Amino acid sequence: MDFLIQTVWEGLVAGVLYALIALGFVLIFKASGVFNFAQGIMVVFSALTLVGTYEKLSQLGFKGFPAAMLSLVVALAVMFVLAVLVERVVLRPLVNQPDIILFMATFGLTYLLIGVGETIFGGNPKIMITKELGLPTGSTELVLPGLGPDGRNGLVLLQHIDIAAAIIASIMIAGLATFFQYTRIGRALRAVADSHKAALSVGISLNQIWVVVWFTAGIVALVTGIMWGARSDVSFGLSTVALKALPVLILGGFTSIPGAIVGGLIIGIGEKLGELYLAPMLLGSTMGRGVESWFAFFIALAFVMFRPQGLFGDKIIERI
Amino acid sequence: MKRTHLIAVALLGATTLAAPALAQDSIYVQSNAYRTGPFSGSGTPVADGINDYLTMLNERDGGVGGVKIKFEECETGYDTKKSVECYEQGKAKGSIIYLPWSTGATLAAIPRAHVDKIPIMSMAYGLSAAADGSVFPWVFNPPTTYWDGASILLNYIAKQEGGLDKLKGKRIGLIHLDAPYGKEPIPVLQNLAKKYGFEVLLYPVPAAEMQNQGALWLNIRRDKPDWLYNHGWGAMNPTAVKEAIKNNYPINRLVGVWWSGGDDDARAGGAEAKGYKSLSWHLFGQNFPVMQDILKHVHAKGLSKTTKEKVGEALYARTVYQGMMVAEAIRNAQRLTGKKVINSEDMRRGLESLNVTEARLKELGMEGFASPLKVECGDHNGHHQAFVAEWDGTKWTKASDWISPSKDEVRPLIEAAAKDYAEKNTGWPKRTEVCDPRS
Repeated sequence: MDFLIQTVWEGLVAGVLYALIALGFVLIFKASGVFNFAQGIMVVFSALTLVGTYEKLSQLGFKGFPAAMLSLVVALAVMFVLAVLVERVVLRPLVNQPDIILFMATFGLTYLLIGVGETIFGGNPKIMITKELGLPTGSTELVLPGLGPDGRNGLVLLQHIDIAAAIIASIMIAGLATFFQYTRIGRALRAVADSHKAALSVGISLNQIWVVVWFTAGIVALVTGIMWGARSDVSFGLSTVALKALPVLILGGFTSIPGAIVGGLIIGIGEKLGELYLAPMLLGSTMGRGVESWFAFFIALAFVMFRPQGLFGDKIIERI
Repeated sequence: MKRTHLIAVALLGATTLAAPALAQDSIYVQSNAYRTGPFSGSGTPVADGINDYLTMLNERDGGVGGVKIKFEECETGYDTKKSVECYEQGKAKGSIIYLPWSTGATLAAIPRAHVDKIPIMSMAYGLSAAADGSVFPWVFNPPTTYWDGASILLNYIAKQEGGLDKLKGKRIGLIHLDAPYGKEPIPVLQNLAKKYGFEVLLYPVPAAEMQNQGALWLNIRRDKPDWLYNHGWGAMNPTAVKEAIKNNYPINRLVGVWWSGGDDDARAGGAEAKGYKSLSWHLFGQNFPVMQDILKHVHAKGLSKTTKEKVGEALYARTVYQGMMVAEAIRNAQRLTGKKVINSEDMRRGLESLNVTEARLKELGMEGFASPLKVECGDHNGHHQAFVAEWDGTKWTKASDWISPSKDEVRPLIEAAAKDYAEKNTGWPKRTEVCDPRS
């Protein structure tokens, strides 16, 4: 029983982080109708900016929490500049172009960011400045009386960084959901998502909304980069983690913030249970290893069979 | 206008005249590299080591045998498709050797190399069966194969447990990249498991999940393997080290293959990574004359792409060793053919007669850095010894004696696998290349 609880906990933490990545995609999709292929590299780029700035400051003798906070501000500023540049250079010239053109433009942005990132920071992996940012390390062993094997005490290991990740991601998700639900900009975003032309006709600045949304996606990318970077390291391989958002988006719907949250949790917990319980049962203990990578898509596709628009996605009915 | 034409003609003439002269002046060596992409964490130091070593030979000695080595990298991003393009590019530019730097790239190049007559050097990686020189005259994988590595690991574990008979009933897990490289040790581990009565548990890591190993480590926590062998690369390694710490797996029972023992791999785990182990066939650090020469002739002149403190780190040192093998093979080829500027067919002969003795290692500034190396006509690997290195919190240190692989177990498997490869690849050419007599 304790192992099941541990599995669900690990799934929950992963799920919250998946939800966070998915949120970055959803925000941009809602605002500009484009699937932002560059979201993964934005995770890497923002985290590299943070760690790279800290490295430079350390070389100048400025270390510790204040230097980490300054690096955080620099990383946020860089993501803001990136948002402005994307709006000016990519989105604005492509207004009224087919969505596929915008989609392809995000491919271009991906490779541009890879190139710029590698030129500035190099290809070497960097260690996330977890302690310097004031994030907790270490773990706590939770004793569960009678829930272990053969009625013994069970043990669940809770990593402090995982707890912090779950809390921070939850706060961010709640904050963003509130921001886009109840603020003026949030309402404007929803108007833009419904119809660019209608939004423009009532005086909403499309350009401003795009900058806000891309910057928000940049913040989400930075938080994701810090959390995943703390679990592994900060390298260009981290961009593949963003692919985990795909089944979440299929499941939750591309336009729904609650969908990203619920979808993330279902995928996170589902893939862990699939890997550790379902697959060994169905495929045996040898064949059932490593199913996690595709099991998430299996869950998502199973849901889509019954709800093609995803759990919370908009049902689009077009008259012919 | 006339003047412009005259300049153009003069330039063309100069280029035409200079081209053969340049070709005579240098030996071209191209290596695949991946300083970009998800595997750049491992790819960068391995690219730096060989680059700096060959540059050092050019700067200090004027090259090898009086001929400069023109060394270039071809960026693959660890993509096999791109590696094939790099192979073709190297062939077109006259590279005397192909250095694939990926098992997938090696597998893709093996059939081509046997037609194009370009030797492949997959140093302790690639197809283990290619150690059989009678079937693969154009492939060289010294100083040891992944299969030898697995047997060295078992010999080490047996010593820790009190003998090979104590392996019975043990559970040995293999965390491996779910790619040709990661899967290489599986057959030999399973074969030895039958003989010694231990259980092999496989933990594949797809490339897309390298930095997301949560479920895998839950499996490990449930299975409780007695030892773990890490066959990872790139970002997979530091993640595995961190996850082992996070999951309270005894870090001193996690042993990486030589490609999982980079400094950055262990460093990511912080102080708690102390005790992480890795196989190696050479030592580390800057306290060897060869490293001092690199610092003096390459780094101090600003010719290196890496920082000073990285010189001598594990993965860097590994390809300094590779640079040595390449240079020694060129030297052999020059001696065998009497030519200064050798071609790829000469290089194959040079590789096949590699014999780096203790005395030669001393001359090369590598005394105590590695054990002697010998490659033979039928044995393109040598199945050399390795040792277990341990991360002391800041650097790798030698933590065991030199351990021999179980050659008696491994060699028959290699010969059988080589035969099998030749049978499955219809029309695989029989070896016609003559073996050079040893000097």
